[in-house]
Amino acid sequence: MFLINCPYCGERDQQEFKAGGEAHIERPKQPTELSDDEWAEYLFMRKNIKGVQFERWNHAHGCRKWFNMARDTSNDEIKAIYKIGEKPPTQ
Amino acid sequence: MTQNLRIKSSEFIDETNRISFKFDGKTYYGFKGDTLASALIANNIHLVGRSFKYHRPRGIMTSGSEEPNAIVQINPNSNITEPNARATEIEIYEGLEASSQNCWPSVNFDIGGINNFLAPLFPAGFYYKTFMWPKSFWEKYEFLIRHSAGLGKSPNTRDPDIYDHRNIHCDVLVVGAGISGILAARNAAKNNLKTLLLDEKNELGGSTIFEANEDNKINNNLASEWLKKEINELKNIKNLEIKTRTSVAAYHQYNYLLARENLTDHLNKKDKKNKIRQRLLKIRAKKVILATGALERPLIFNNNDRPGIMLSSAIKKYSNFYGVACGTKNIFFTNNDSAYESALSLHNKGINVEAIIDIRENSDAKIIKKINDAGIKIYWSHTIVDTRGYKRISSISIMRLSNDGTSVTGSKISISCDCLGIAGGWTPAVHLYTQSGSKLTFDEERKIFIPKADTKEQISVGSCGGDFELDEIITNLNYKLKNFLNIDKTDFDSIALENDHETSKRNIWLLPSDQSIGKTKPFVDYQNDATAKDIKLALREGFRSIEHVKRYTTTGMGTDQGKLGNMHALGIIADTAGVKMGELGTTTFRPPYTPLTFGTIVGRNVGEFFDTFRRTPMNDWHIKNKAEFENVGQWKRSWYYPKEGETMYQAVQRESKAARQSAGILDASTLGKIDIQGSDASEFLNRVYTNAWSKLAIGKCRYGLMLNEDGMVYDDGVTTRLSENHYIMTTTTGGAANVLGKLEDYLQTEWPELDVYLTSVTDHFATASLCGPNSKKILNKIIPDLDLSDDNFPHMSFREVLIDKIKCRIMRISFTGELSYEINVPASYGEAIWQKCIEAGKEFNITPYGTETMHLLRAEKGFIIVGQDTDGTMTPIDLQMDWIVSKKKYDFIGKRSLYRSDTMKQDRKQLVGLLTEDPNIVLEEGAQIVSELNQKPVEMLGHVTSSYFSPNLNKSIALAVVKDGKNMMGRKLFVPMENKNISVTVANTVFYDEKNERINA
Ligand SMILES: [Zn+2]
Repeated sequence: MFLINCPYCGERDQQEFKAGGEAHIERPKQPTELSDDEWAEYLFMRKNIKGVQFERWNHAHGCRKWFNMARDTSNDEIKAIYKIGEKPPTQ
Repeated sequence: MTQNLRIKSSEFIDETNRISFKFDGKTYYGFKGDTLASALIANNIHLVGRSFKYHRPRGIMTSGSEEPNAIVQINPNSNITEPNARATEIEIYEGLEASSQNCWPSVNFDIGGINNFLAPLFPAGFYYKTFMWPKSFWEKYEFLIRHSAGLGKSPNTRDPDIYDHRNIHCDVLVVGAGISGILAARNAAKNNLKTLLLDEKNELGGSTIFEANEDNKINNNLASEWLKKEINELKNIKNLEIKTRTSVAAYHQYNYLLARENLTDHLNKKDKKNKIRQRLLKIRAKKVILATGALERPLIFNNNDRPGIMLSSAIKKYSNFYGVACGTKNIFFTNNDSAYESALSLHNKGINVEAIIDIRENSDAKIIKKINDAGIKIYWSHTIVDTRGYKRISSISIMRLSNDGTSVTGSKISISCDCLGIAGGWTPAVHLYTQSGSKLTFDEERKIFIPKADTKEQISVGSCGGDFELDEIITNLNYKLKNFLNIDKTDFDSIALENDHETSKRNIWLLPSDQSIGKTKPFVDYQNDATAKDIKLALREGFRSIEHVKRYTTTGMGTDQGKLGNMHALGIIADTAGVKMGELGTTTFRPPYTPLTFGTIVGRNVGEFFDTFRRTPMNDWHIKNKAEFENVGQWKRSWYYPKEGETMYQAVQRESKAARQSAGILDASTLGKIDIQGSDASEFLNRVYTNAWSKLAIGKCRYGLMLNEDGMVYDDGVTTRLSENHYIMTTTTGGAANVLGKLEDYLQTEWPELDVYLTSVTDHFATASLCGPNSKKILNKIIPDLDLSDDNFPHMSFREVLIDKIKCRIMRISFTGELSYEINVPASYGEAIWQKCIEAGKEFNITPYGTETMHLLRAEKGFIIVGQDTDGTMTPIDLQMDWIVSKKKYDFIGKRSLYRSDTMKQDRKQLVGLLTEDPNIVLEEGAQIVSELNQKPVEMLGHVTSSYFSPNLNKSIALAVVKDGKNMMGRKLFVPMENKNISVTVANTVFYDEKNERINA
């Protein structure tokens, strides 16, 4: 059970949160311009990394805010938590 | 029977408090402080059960939670009986009843014991290999297997006990209250850290507390005496909470641990009453100190499982702690010095030790001299090749071990005994450590897995960290604590330590016998009856991964998770396969460390507290009027209102007719309501719904369909424009929370530039939905001032009015196809407005109806229910709802997906109506639809999604999804059922009032 440091509320138990999949996948601004393959790339293709993965999380039973997390999937270590719109940490 | 093996009294046992208990129907006596195991041994009973596969007689092996054999059934004659309890952990109390498991008809004469002689037929993977063929025989096999095997019987009635949960947050959690744990907890608490100390036993002090070795001294006192004083002082320390009888079951990431606190199991029956039996502690600790100790290893040799064969450390605990001799003719068998301590302990208490068999060539430990002085014979370089005694060990045969340890030589010596203590070294209890995700490293020299590294949040101290000698333990503990707790000094910086040191150890995972291995039974996993032979067989058959060998041989898969024999299994695999143990890795230790009752896991969340449920403000009225309820998500919704003697079918038929003929009323309070405000609210709705919203006039309502980005229908509902920048959206009852979450997601992550605010107001409003041709008259009685003419208040519009000073939002919208008004009031007025409608409607025979009638009425009109007629694979086009998809809008959620080659396919499954040839036959929802009856394999075209008998049309109607259904209008299809094939015709989805005239009726 993770202890997640919500950027708006502070440390809370994982059960207050909902995971939202891979982060930094921007919705295309002009979907109609895309081929089926390009659209499918946006719609379906997700990475499943062993190692540091950037993910979206939502403090569903708290402030309802979405934020991003860098998590090492091999040991569940949370490397960083940062707000939506902020760049992922490089380290 | 008398307690003929009770020896000199122990300070841990209260001999003034005699307790009677029953085992296998007979009454015995023990003392307060005894476990069931110690009391049985005091009564000279070792045989307590039968093994799982071969039904071999088995006795008590250990004195703790690692016990593999002494598994008993508590309260065997009660329907709240409890299986798989360890006799070594049950503290006896007046009235305790327990019985052996795994034996039939009795532990002394067990039919299944024949399996023992058939053992060659029961090798590893036996069940997989044998009982699978022929397949049709499985049921017969199953009966046989279930009857002769099995671990106890489960209770068959509701658990009457009370269980509880508690959340604990602490600075430091110390697991295990042996000498290391006590010193660690004491120093943490003294440094103002909120500290919690847990131990699974009822006494603090671990194994040091009953230590009798005169060579182990702390500050010139016996280590045990010194520790007792320390324990006495603990109660004066602030910030320290101590819990005994509390076993840590699980250690999850981020220092989240679950522990079971046992509160009443040791109490007399009458004292247990109305008390919480067990409590699950949910602990979040800033730092965790693991002081879980070590488990003694058995030795693996031929017939090493007879009753009376025990761990040497257990024999010591029974004598020193419980004051019980495990036998009158004791022998020890060892590969290290610790058995000598046990032997000396017995000798000093006047208990006869016949001999010590040591596989080593010699040892220069000080204690050897004491053994020699005591006149106890030591057989160096010898091993046990066989044991005798069916229900209790009676003798052993020993032979000289070859230099390389793989064979035996010389002549066989037989020595009689009634108890054999085995000492195979120590295994650090790293179970919790690995559960936390931390990695182990293998110490080849000492043949143990130890923690790889301490972290800022977790350390392992004492023997679970690989420190076994007193001076090592204290010195390392002192050093580690200072770093971990960031403190300059501890209160044992200048402690004086004296102790003997373990000299040599000779490790042989599988000891040889004079017989070939095929003829021997060297048990590795006692509980699951897995032998070294089985492991070797698995390797011969090609298994290599330790995880596979484990599952194939079932080694380590019992309720004890192989706490005793897992290391030997690894060792034998490594030796046989010629690899290093460190490279082999270990199997995964999974929670719980010891079994938990279901009661503890669920705590108070049973019965009506199993899940939270939501009730509408009109709920009391529904109950008073005998509504039957249906669960919709967490909501309790009125399902139907049966009158005296009415079946559900009759009630629903009556309600459905009344709603169309005169007036009906539905509690629609559960519909999700989202308040949407902001200058970009219209633009936002444009993006989330498939249809256009910019031109919706203030005071008007519109139905909207929401898709997922993949183009599939996600939710639907009516949204009303209250003012320029203010909308109220309704969602399905079940979808409310998810829709809000999804909309928030888009707002926060994709379109943060939009000025829109969402608020869930589902619980803020109660909704009474008035419907039927007389609904206008009823509403007029309630609000005479409001002009209800179609010109002033047309379909799909909204008015805000006052009823008795209560602000109401009235929407003229319809989910039944009838003239219909939804009256929304602040929740606290819900029941009042409902009552008002009922009163006003009396003269029109207003009929309350529930969800079932609502479903029927909308099906007559072909209105979909998201989640019933759709399943996440239906586009609006599939639903024949093309009319709601805007062609003009550049984008909305899911739009692009509607133009994918797959979603554009013409022959997707599409929503159609179905009419049965016989109008009285009602199809089953979920039934499959085919076009050919004689074709094999038959192609499934789709399935029935909604089906009812329509009282208003006097015939059966159904909605279905059918492949290429759009092009099948009028086609005859079949619904094959178990006993008959039902002929159906594809029809329009709208069965009733196709021209929508009744909305303005
Ligand atoms: Zn938050």
